[in-house]
This record gives sequence, structure tokens and C-alpha cells, in this order.
Amino acid sequence: MKSTSVADSTKTASTQFLERVEEQSGQKVRICYQCGKCSAGCPVGYAMDLLPNQVMRLVQLGLKDEVLSCATIWLCASCETCATRCPREIEIVKVMDVLRQKSRREGYPSPAREVPVFVSAFINNLKRFGRLYEAGLVGVYNLLSGHITKDMDKAPAMLLKRKIALMPPRVKGMGKVRKIMKNIEEMRQQ
Amino acid sequence: MKFAFYPGCSLESSAKEYKESTLLAAESLGLELEEIPDWICCGSTPAHMSDELLGIALPAYSLLLAKQMDTDGVLVTCASCYSRLKAANHAILNDGTMKKKVAEALGEEYDGGVPVRHMLELTSDAIAQPGFDEKITRKLSGLKVASYYGCLLVRPPEITGFDDPEDPQSLDRLVAALGAEPVDWRYKVECCGAALAFSQVDIVRKLSGEILQDAKDTEADVVIVACPLCHSNLDLRQRNIEKYLGIDLEVPVLYFTQLLGLAFGYSAAELGLGKHEINPVPVLRKRGINI
Repeated sequence: MKSTSVADSTKTASTQFLERVEEQSGQKVRICYQCGKCSAGCPVGYAMDLLPNQVMRLVQLGLKDEVLSCATIWLCASCETCATRCPREIEIVKVMDVLRQKSRREGYPSPAREVPVFVSAFINNLKRFGRLYEAGLVGVYNLLSGHITKDMDKAPAMLLKRKIALMPPRVKGMGKVRKIMKNIEEMRQQ
Repeated sequence: MKFAFYPGCSLESSAKEYKESTLLAAESLGLELEEIPDWICCGSTPAHMSDELLGIALPAYSLLLAKQMDTDGVLVTCASCYSRLKAANHAILNDGTMKKKVAEALGEEYDGGVPVRHMLELTSDAIAQPGFDEKITRKLSGLKVASYYGCLLVRPPEITGFDDPEDPQSLDRLVAALGAEPVDWRYKVECCGAALAFSQVDIVRKLSGEILQDAKDTEADVVIVACPLCHSNLDLRQRNIEKYLGIDLEVPVLYFTQLLGLAFGYSAAELGLGKHEINPVPVLRKRGINI
């Protein structure tokens, strides 16, 4: 934990949240003027609890709990349509990334919990094999998410067409890869 | 030209036919490919979602391996790998702090300078060269093709720097160069939902279903793609989408390298056309293509 500086303590928690998000994402969230173009073009907007422009507004207002517990940050598919069209040139996906990371690290419950479960399973798979072991990933994800038989209907056809690699990938230098991933975890905690 | 080939994870399993057809097409185009030994996963969307540095350092690791090879750059075939490899170069070139962090994580400095090219970019260069037409040995005329670009091949433009983000043309131009007919449709850059492929399947079914329905409404015979994740959603999941949405689609989805390979005279078996969920052979034959 970083100690709170004198300057920080004079700011409200809301302002601090906005400033942290801006600093970590490298994006000036405060220049968003709520035109709504991001939400108009968002392919997943129909399934979100907050539209992307509403997420930006909540960040501006520093409404941390609302924004870190919404489904939207997990349903965002990182398709980059919003960022491409934003007239203020805000890289919205980078803001979403920071919000997802904060939500996870600060233990907020996720209304779309399958997404963070999948993300963790994916990263652990990488740590183990260096490359994605698809069969292993599907198995672990299904177990952890509770959808045991999901996608299993595709397995027979894929096996028949030799589209599933049954054996995990073998990559030389995994010791180094794991060390790098460990370094990154340690650097994050500093 | 010689390239360090970064196949990416999908090409080793669910998209084997993309790898096979890329290698054949590259050979015909006179591109020499050498696979990067012991490349690792680019981290795709999950890496940048969980940690910015992880999302940059993973691709930087493979780019450093490629740097040791004597080539003209890295060749990728997956839109997600392409995006992540280019994002790593972009961040390292433009953000000094990130460059230092990556060096600390990797224990080695990377300058962000290894060029990253998508197979579609190199193909686009090739069709503009004299002599390209002479390579075409099989006529594809009469085949209506909907070119699907998806997201990360063209977005965000400051990372990929390739084609127009709203109305890209490179695949369409390729289709025309091969003598087939590009169709004008609305969903060429809409998202298939790849990042949510495992975790939010209903969303993926809706997004991918709409893309396929539009291709069908436009009377395209086939859709072509330049990404294994798009292909997996549009083809492998298509029966499931039909059931979920209660619609009939039956839209074959080919990798653009398979279409290229067809024009260059390779057989259906060599190009792995039998590996698709929706068999493209009947419609190809119906259009008088000799396979």
C-alpha cells in the first residue's frame, strides 16, 4: 500500500478515483463530453447494465463502487469500435482494462463472473504451457465456472476433423517465461 | 522476402487448416517463412484485461526471439496476435516508462523495432505486383464473396495502421483480383464477440448470428475471414447459432488463404476444406469451380 500524501488527503475520494484511473490508463477521462458515440456503436451495449458513456460519466464523478461492480466492464469485448470513433480520442478499452483490474484486485463481485473466471483460467494456462492448451483451458474453465458440459457438443466433430490438439504444447524456455510472469506480478505489487 | 512466422495458438489446434493454407499460399507468393522457435502466446485479450504490462511483455518476448532471426519481420495470421504484437511495438516505441518496465520484466531490452505484418498485408502487396495473374490457375468467377474483417485487424487504426477502420477494402480487392465477385454488405467490421467466446456464449451467438444472417441476406456464397477466432465463431459455432436463434444459415466460411490457395490450383484436401463445420464444396461446385 502506498502511503497517502498530504496533497492526496486534501482531495475527495471521488477525485482520487478519477485521477488514479486516468493515471493508470493514460487516458483523459475528464475530457469526455458525453456525446454517446461509444454507446451507439457498441455491439454489446444491448446486454450491458451501464452503457460505455455512462461508465465514463461515473468515472468522472468518482462513483467508484457503482463502476467497479457493474457488468459492463466485463461484457466489453475489447472490439475497439468505441475507441476508433471517439471524437475526444479516448482509448476506452484501456479505461475498461483499468476498471476490470481494480474491480478484481479490490474484490468487487462481478455480475458477469464467468468472464473473470475465464481470464484467470487463460492466464494460468499460459503460465503452465507458454501457449494456449485449448482442450485443457476448456476443461478447467468449465469446472471453475460450473458449466461442466459447455461446448462438449462441439468436441466429437472437432476430434473427427483433428481440430483439437489433445496433447499440451511443449515450449522450450518455460522456466524463463514463468520467471517473467512472476516478475510482472511482483512489479504490480510494488 | 523472408519472414519469422508467428502462427499463434489457434493455428496449432482449432485452425490447422489456416496454417496449412497460409504455408501453401506463401510459397506460391514467393514468401519464405521460418517459424519462430519457442514462440509463446501473445496473451490475447485476457492478458491486457488483467495487467497492462503482461499484455505488452508477452508479445515482446516472442518479438525478441524473432529479432535474433535474419528476416524482414514477423508474419502473423491471427487478428488478435497481430493487434497484440503491434500494440507491444507501439507501446515500447512511444512510452519510455513502459519500455523500461518491459526490460525489467524480460531481463532484456527490446527496442520495439521488429516489423509486424499480417498475411493479408503481404497478400495485398503481392496482388499489386506484375505477374500475379499468371499464378491464377483456377477460375473463381461467379463466386460471390463477403469479406469479413472483424475488429482487431483494422482497429484501432493508430495501432494496426492498416486499411480503413470503417470500410476496409483489402480482402475485397483480393477477391476481385482472384476473379471472384466481392459483395457489398453491412457487417464487415462488426464484432463476432471472440473475447467472450467461452464466457458469454449467448452474446457470441447473437453477434455472430447477425453477421452470418447479413452475409446470407446479401446472397454471398461464402464469407472469408483473416482470423482463426472469427472463423471459430462463424463456422464451428454455426450449427449452434442456428439452433439458438431458430434460423437457417448454412453459410460456408473460408480463410482468405484458402480462397487464395483455390485460385492457385491447390486441392480441397491440401487446403483443409474438409475441416469446416459448414462444407464449402457444394456451393463452390455449384458456381462452376472445378474442385
